[in-house]
Amino acid sequence: MPDGSFAHPQERQFNPYSENGGTILAIAGADFTVVAGDTRQSEGYSIQTRYAPKVFKLTDRAVLAVNGFAADGNMFVKKVKQRLEWYRHAHAKDMPLRAIARLIQTMLYAQRFFPYYVYNILGGIEEDGSGAVYSFDPVGSYEREACRAAGAAQALVQPFLDNQIYFKNQQPPAGSSHPVHLPLPDVLSIVIDSFTGATERHIEVGDGLEIFVILAKGRSTQGFDGRSGVQELSTTPEGDRVFVIRRELKKD
Amino acid sequence: MDHFPTNWGRPRNDAHDAFNTYPLHQRPAPHTDTFAEGVQRTQQPIVTGTSVLAIKYKDGIMMTADTLASYGSLARFKSIQRLHAVGESTVIGASGDMSDFQYLQGLLDGLVTDEFTAGDGDALGPAEVHEYLARVLYARRSKMNPLWNSLLVGGVKDGESFLAYVDLLGTTYTASTLATGYGAYIALPLLRQAVEGREATLGADEARRILTESMRVLFYRDARSLNKFQIATVTAAGVDISEPIVLDTAWGFAEGIRGYGGQTQ
Repeated sequence: MPDGSFAHPQERQFNPYSENGGTILAIAGADFTVVAGDTRQSEGYSIQTRYAPKVFKLTDRAVLAVNGFAADGNMFVKKVKQRLEWYRHAHAKDMPLRAIARLIQTMLYAQRFFPYYVYNILGGIEEDGSGAVYSFDPVGSYEREACRAAGAAQALVQPFLDNQIYFKNQQPPAGSSHPVHLPLPDVLSIVIDSFTGATERHIEVGDGLEIFVILAKGRSTQGFDGRSGVQELSTTPEGDRVFVIRRELKKD
Repeated sequence: MDHFPTNWGRPRNDAHDAFNTYPLHQRPAPHTDTFAEGVQRTQQPIVTGTSVLAIKYKDGIMMTADTLASYGSLARFKSIQRLHAVGESTVIGASGDMSDFQYLQGLLDGLVTDEFTAGDGDALGPAEVHEYLARVLYARRSKMNPLWNSLLVGGVKDGESFLAYVDLLGTTYTASTLATGYGAYIALPLLRQAVEGREATLGADEARRILTESMRVLFYRDARSLNKFQIATVTAAGVDISEPIVLDTAWGFAEGIRGYGGQTQ
């Protein structure tokens, strides 16, 4: 065309991915783990819904948080839950946490050349009773850590956790050392502060907060039994237990 | 391959081949389609519908969509129905490509028929229809061959009202007010202000008024819309899709708009 409109052949490809905002976070304690996520789902500048859960109970000792492309996330959680159900039918017990972590890496890497666009954080209780957090990238690289933030506000939350959990850039008082594990009330406060802070400074974070607390077998609920909005999700009070605490976040 | 070492080196017994290993069968070749070069996928929507709006109210859900199917900026078909009843308790509304929507209607009608012929007294509810659509749309996007729609699914089953969204990427969510396309920018804030927190008390007349006013606002601002629309109502009593409603519009104010358009002063 004289106006040059056909000068370059145009290649337009359907983009099978989207980004749905939100942030997730997990912190491991000595005998508990906390996994949290906000409940806003957005695309661009539009809030699609104010309540779309990103954190899911897998077993009585494992909780999975997914963040990134919501359709992939929901499909991935569905498939992990199905594999865990098959395991339960085959072995008459729940899959141990570190085995779930390896399962997730295998399932993610199986999609290496058409990845699930999802950042996963798995939290729970190991077979030795310790709290554990496993974090993954979309194609399955993973490691066990003490804490991890992912998602839209990762860049805001992770440095805060590095400082408050790993005590980076902090000097211990003379003659003492930093604690290895923080107690549950301190961890819950850090989680809530992380999300109120991220909500304040990031437009894709807000609306609601779901904090999953996984307690090792025999540990008391000391640390959050005074709180409102607590709901127990575990199937039996013996063994490891799962609770969820629901809170509001700013909706603007 | 004979997997029994004791048979190795002995004459093969052709009369009995326990594992059917002889002759070596052909592995299936990769499927080749002579016309593969000519197969086209939906790369862009062609004949499109614009926004669909839906809200929850006291007795169930209400959904609305205008009757226009556009061909680019041409108002091509002005009496297309974009709301579709699925079974006795569900309605879906579609924006995006109308031929892909009509394909989905065919799939869903087949599904409802299969469910009916099972004769087990079970019927598909809105949650099942939404899950099915989400699976179909996600599977198609994963084949890089999407069905180019944004759909709202609403209904009432067992006293529970249900309202959810699904689109060409397989993205899903639920809320008490939903809108697709341009309506997500223009009408959704109005719907949220009018409905959120009042889902259990909002009456049918007011719900209808809220949707009608939202459709009026959309008609004034969305260039791909029409002042002719239908309202679907789903209650415990079933699905009702209204006859097309035509809105009176007033353009007198346009005379006073300055700064663009045809006026010279």
